[in-house]
Amino acid sequence: MTTLRTAAAVAAAIAALGLTAAAANPTVENAIHARQAQMDLHAFNLGILGAMAQGKAPYDAATAQAAADNLVLLSGLSATLHWLPGSDNATAADTRALPAIWANLADFAAKYAAFGDGARAMQAAAGGGLDAVKAAMGGLGGACGACHQTYRAPE
Amino acid sequence: MARALATLLALALVAAAAGYVLALPRTLPAAAVAGLAGDAARGERVFHAGGCAGCHAAPGAEGEARLVLSGGREFATPFGRFVAPNISPDPVRGIGGWTLAAFANALLRGVGPDGRHYYPAFPYTTYARMALADVADLRAFMATLPPSAEPSRPHALGFPFTIRLGLGLWKRLYLDPAWVVGGALSAAETRGRYLAEALGHCGECHTPRDALGGAVRSRWLAGAPNPAGEGRIPDITPARLTGSADEIAAYLETGLTPGFDSAGGHMAEMIKSLSALPPGDRAALAAYLKRVPPSR
Repeated sequence: MTTLRTAAAVAAAIAALGLTAAAANPTVENAIHARQAQMDLHAFNLGILGAMAQGKAPYDAATAQAAADNLVLLSGLSATLHWLPGSDNATAADTRALPAIWANLADFAAKYAAFGDGARAMQAAAGGGLDAVKAAMGGLGGACGACHQTYRAPE
Repeated sequence: MARALATLLALALVAAAAGYVLALPRTLPAAAVAGLAGDAARGERVFHAGGCAGCHAAPGAEGEARLVLSGGREFATPFGRFVAPNISPDPVRGIGGWTLAAFANALLRGVGPDGRHYYPAFPYTTYARMALADVADLRAFMATLPPSAEPSRPHALGFPFTIRLGLGLWKRLYLDPAWVVGGALSAAETRGRYLAEALGHCGECHTPRDALGGAVRSRWLAGAPNPAGEGRIPDITPARLTGSADEIAAYLETGLTPGFDSAGGHMAEMIKSLSALPPGDRAALAAYLKRVPPSR
């Protein structure tokens, strides 16, 4: 329920932003940089957990917990400022974000919220042993993939 | 003058007749599938390795719904828009009424039960390399899936691509069941080659195409423009795919790269199929990818 409310709020906020953002064209480039930096932080923290899940790094409860906590924090960042209208790959350079995002804002927000759900599930699991981390990994990685499948262009 | 014209006309007729004969569908010998019973359990692995659900499940289908092969997914290409048909076991709207020979001709020769050529959006240039025993197993498995009464929708193509007979000539140029990667291969690499070149159809997107839409074999898996629009399908030869075989196998299971980016686009769909394979098959695919000539 919280997830739904968050998703609706994010969608509404992005849509409202559309009214003003066209005038703020110089910030499109910065917004693209900012969200790509956020994605790097996702990948970095997911990587710590993934390396443990794949047996490339030893399981450490505190490290796993810290990475999962970071992912939860990241999932709570307001998306509205980073996904300016006009920052899609048909309009702006150096981005793979598809225009479909802005045509389906509610679904985009729901997929972002699903990442939050996956991160919270990992947060609950991270300190509970390697098997728990492995079990939570599928849902978390799946949430990343679900959004990329629909809203990100290939290279 | 009249004589020259008559000769010219005769030559044109002969050329047209020859072209027509060359363009006719070529089906498998009737005896090719004789005695093949088909094993549904084995066919499930063929089904996942072939990525059938990635195109033929309804758009957006997840989980068990991916086993309902009602079709409907659209593919934008330079030749027009293709729509995946219903290949569920429904006897009317699907392919439940087909014989094994018809099923084999569709996969290996790109010919429908009505004798028409299929468009190569259906990757029969890949499936042409399939073992007939796998074809029979696949059919046995697909017969166990839920039927769908969803009618198949027609493709929306521009002239001259609406003339299916022309595909007969196209097949003469590009339907080549020879393996692309040759040389001495280990057992795992050989299995990986079969999974990639006969089932997984990696080359359909990752290999560039020429002006007529045929795969450029000399640039096998070297990356290509995205047929659906913006961006590029990446190079997956060792020139670009520098991770270890273990990392490649992990990606094929989880969709996560060594840098923990996640697969997107149609590859995310393919990962759903590949993750259902036994681990040894993903390891074999990784071993094969390490043997593909690096792009330059």
